[in-house]
Amino acid sequence: MIKQLLSSPHLHGGNRSQRIMLLVMLACLPGLAAQTYWFGYGTMINIIWAVGLGIALEAGVMHLRQRPIKPAISDGSVILTCVLLGLALPPHASWWLVGVGVLFAVVFAKHLYGGLGNNPFNPAMVGYALLLIAFPAAMTVWASPEQQLTFNQQWQWFWSQQGTIDGYTQATPLDAYKHLQGSTIHELRANNPGVIAYEQASWWISMAYLAGGLMLLALRVFTWHAPVAMLTSLGLLALLFGTGEPDLYASPTQHLTLGASLFAAFFIITDPVTSATSRRGKLIFGAGIGMLIYIIRTWGSYPDAVAFAVLLMNLSAPLIDQYTQPKVYGSNKN
Amino acid sequence: MHAESTKLIKDGLWNNNPALVQLLGLCPLLAVTNSFVNALGLGLVTTFVLVAANALVSLSRHHINSDVRLPTFVMIIAALVTIAELLMQAMTYELYQILGIFIPLIVTNCAILGRAEAYACKNNLGPAILDGLAMGIGFMLVLVLLGGLREMLGQGTLFADMHLIFGSLANNWQLTLIDDYQGFLFAILPPGAFIGMGLLIAAKNIIDGYMEQRHTVAPSSGESRRVRVTGTIS
Repeated sequence: MIKQLLSSPHLHGGNRSQRIMLLVMLACLPGLAAQTYWFGYGTMINIIWAVGLGIALEAGVMHLRQRPIKPAISDGSVILTCVLLGLALPPHASWWLVGVGVLFAVVFAKHLYGGLGNNPFNPAMVGYALLLIAFPAAMTVWASPEQQLTFNQQWQWFWSQQGTIDGYTQATPLDAYKHLQGSTIHELRANNPGVIAYEQASWWISMAYLAGGLMLLALRVFTWHAPVAMLTSLGLLALLFGTGEPDLYASPTQHLTLGASLFAAFFIITDPVTSATSRRGKLIFGAGIGMLIYIIRTWGSYPDAVAFAVLLMNLSAPLIDQYTQPKVYGSNKN
Repeated sequence: MHAESTKLIKDGLWNNNPALVQLLGLCPLLAVTNSFVNALGLGLVTTFVLVAANALVSLSRHHINSDVRLPTFVMIIAALVTIAELLMQAMTYELYQILGIFIPLIVTNCAILGRAEAYACKNNLGPAILDGLAMGIGFMLVLVLLGGLREMLGQGTLFADMHLIFGSLANNWQLTLIDDYQGFLFAILPPGAFIGMGLLIAAKNIIDGYMEQRHTVAPSSGESRRVRVTGTIS
């Protein structure tokens, strides 16, 4: 996608892509720490393996494309993609699951479209969506916050899938609320202490991502438009349905703090390459994602909806850009 | 005549392959190639219809008013597809049920109408049949290749359920490549077809590029060429 320059580039802000990637990765750290605290070392292992494999694949593809390898890796974009994918994947993933995701994210979603800056879809979300379609069973089992594997157990499980993790996994609350089977959300929570523990864990993790996101906002890595629009539209829709029938529809708080809502709002949809460019465009882009997340979460067949919502709005970003192009100052009104 | 036949065969199988180059008939191609047996079944039926349609169109080409030739061709093809469909119901009923709507949809396979219009209605019976056969086999090879790849990736098997076509003869043809394979559902689902097809086309382009490079580099090495600088430079 060729981005039009929407404002005059008079002064250079010094925001090179390397610096931005580094800042975003740093801002992920609170979230990573919270996920490790609540769900064990799985996420960390995912990230280590994803980043290693991602760098190797990036180098391989750049070699095939006969382009310089070193700048492509040192700009940090591939590392960030792999970190985001590793954060999004379930903690009890295995090496081949993460490997297939990274392969698709780096080779198919990024380089087949022309590499950094030319990819219409967010590579991490392409990898995630592919895995969700290809391995629904492995992708919908999430770690339980109540019992955690030790690092060694987790490491062994990651590479060999030996042993059992049945006691250490559970469905996410969003998944559970979708399959109520006659009971109300209130009853389900009362009968399943695991769901409440999970909601608590999820709240803390979301707050950690919120903190990281606000830090990036303060550093002006991105503007507030897309995240605020996304969270507002998701919250408003949840409010609309949740107040009418609180027994069947999760509340706005649950929608905002469960699943990947805050992670997506600050770390996924703010990707400058695949989102809309102008401020008005970003508002529409974010609001669209929030709306799609609510729709797919509530009436779709997958437990969380962030990847599909983001990919659908990635697809519409060029169109949004076309209709929200700001007028040049002093030009005619039409 | 001999050179013409060779050209027809080469065109159908490689240079002008209906699936990889003309990109015709992609709807059945993408929809049924989720296993080797489905791909082979549809490939055989399509080849049969293609050969028969080319033959009938070539035979009747002098009696068809050129203003109504397309509807006439479609009717000939539709009649043949109906015959194929009834034959399948009689002989391979299970496969007929699996392929479902994509059997009647062969009528709308533009590769068939394309050959009737582009070749059969201008040529004699012999070349027309050969063209239909080459194009049909070219189409079938791509179907089978894609079907085999998707089956291997998706289920970890090859030649599963071949008894649907070959009867009890093929009961133990199934190869299990990896024991206790998890299954890569993506390859079986429609997006896997699109990506697999894209990769096949890319592979063909790579091979073509490589061949062309070898062709052009070989003669020019060693001798210097004079460049024409007067008159028309082509």
